[in-house]
Amino acid sequence: MNGILPLHLENLSFAAGGRTIIERTNLTLEAGTSTIILGANGAGKSVLMRLMHGLLAPSAGRVVWSGERVRRRQAMVFQRPVMLRRTALANVVYVLKVAGVDAADRSRLAREALAEVGLTQLAERPARVLSGGEQQRLALARAWALHPEVLFLDEPTANLDPGATREIEAVIRAFDASGTKIVMSTHSLGQARRLGDEVIYLHQGRVAERAPIEKFFPVPSTTEAGAFVKGELPWT
Amino acid sequence: MIDAFASGLLQVVTLDLRLWEIVGLSLAVSLSAVVLATLLGLPLGAAIAVGRFRGRQGVIVLLNALMGLPPVVVGLFIYLLLSRAGPLGELGLLFTPQAMVFAQTVLVLPIIAALARQAVEDAWREYEEQLRSLGVDGLRGALTILWDIRFSLLTAVLAGLGRASAEVGAVMIVGGNIDGVTRVMTTAIALETSKGDLPLALGLGFVLIAVVIALNAAAHLVKQAAERRYG
Repeated sequence: MNGILPLHLENLSFAAGGRTIIERTNLTLEAGTSTIILGANGAGKSVLMRLMHGLLAPSAGRVVWSGERVRRRQAMVFQRPVMLRRTALANVVYVLKVAGVDAADRSRLAREALAEVGLTQLAERPARVLSGGEQQRLALARAWALHPEVLFLDEPTANLDPGATREIEAVIRAFDASGTKIVMSTHSLGQARRLGDEVIYLHQGRVAERAPIEKFFPVPSTTEAGAFVKGELPWT
Repeated sequence: MIDAFASGLLQVVTLDLRLWEIVGLSLAVSLSAVVLATLLGLPLGAAIAVGRFRGRQGVIVLLNALMGLPPVVVGLFIYLLLSRAGPLGELGLLFTPQAMVFAQTVLVLPIIAALARQAVEDAWREYEEQLRSLGVDGLRGALTILWDIRFSLLTAVLAGLGRASAEVGAVMIVGGNIDGVTRVMTTAIALETSKGDLPLALGLGFVLIAVVIALNAAAHLVKQAAERRYG
């Protein structure tokens, strides 16, 4: 099967309200590596991933996938997942229905996805009453059910305690092991090290540095990324 | 005055048959109108909420304005439509309960559609990225949200019901307040008051208020239970 990767960003720019958020960015994302997007608040991490995922239309430049029917072959997990007011199981079933999966297979596949993220016991619970960590795992189950080739994660553990974060990271590793390309933004350098193969460091809407994880840590080569890693304020 | 109150209550508790016929027709007409307006108004409101088309802002302003349609004016228009010489005159619906349902549906539809439009639009802001990420298009997204916020939409339906059960102008004009055929609570109260039969008018008034409170209480309980259940 021909994959949808590599993904090419060609001279990609995005502006909103007179402010340039992403500026003439060229990037190629290959299959097989887990890519971590780092950067300060407002550096453009979320916007860059939304441009890649197709939720935002670029102001200039292009997002070029290598395959066909790319919408169905990628998924995104947001910082704050939005759950439908139905059971956890029904939330996954809904995603399968939208994706055009046969009605006869939906329930079985949904249960498999819930088992993968450790939510089997909570399948019949209303999704909105689950804890933050459980909801985020349910969001991952929704993505898992689709078997995406690329999974975008926008600070998926930003609001979670260490225990829940560990559980989420385990599921992300499982995606990686099953061959899904991970593209994740995070503020946690430890998480970047645990999950990433390479780092893209964004600074003011541009890629300031791109390096394999073992080169980026402990000391990045650019001063902006170096300041970020050392915890210094990059604008001082 | 006190006497009138007392005999009004007496009429209610003695289950005056004439009175209960009127109550029954009132409920049948208003509930039918609300059901019809709900079936039309929720999808209409949702479509306007998620749709992106030219003149959308104008449609929203118009819809909100139509919430304040004067019942007598609606009654007059429907009367002209249904009168012998009117475009729908051949149906012979004037002075029937069907005509009253028609008029109340026209009155209630903008209320339910406008309130649903606002509720769906607020929810769409929360759901949009997630749904678009899943590949859900506008129409399916609108239906998904309608179903997801169905208990909040009860408030819109109740507002419509309040309008239907309280209005007198439209049903008076297209129904004609014919005893035993098209007489409902509000038209009967207006008539009995002008005739000076205050006990019957008051009795009907008590029933009308009690019915409205009971329906709202039931809806409130449903909504509360749903919020506990689904979060």
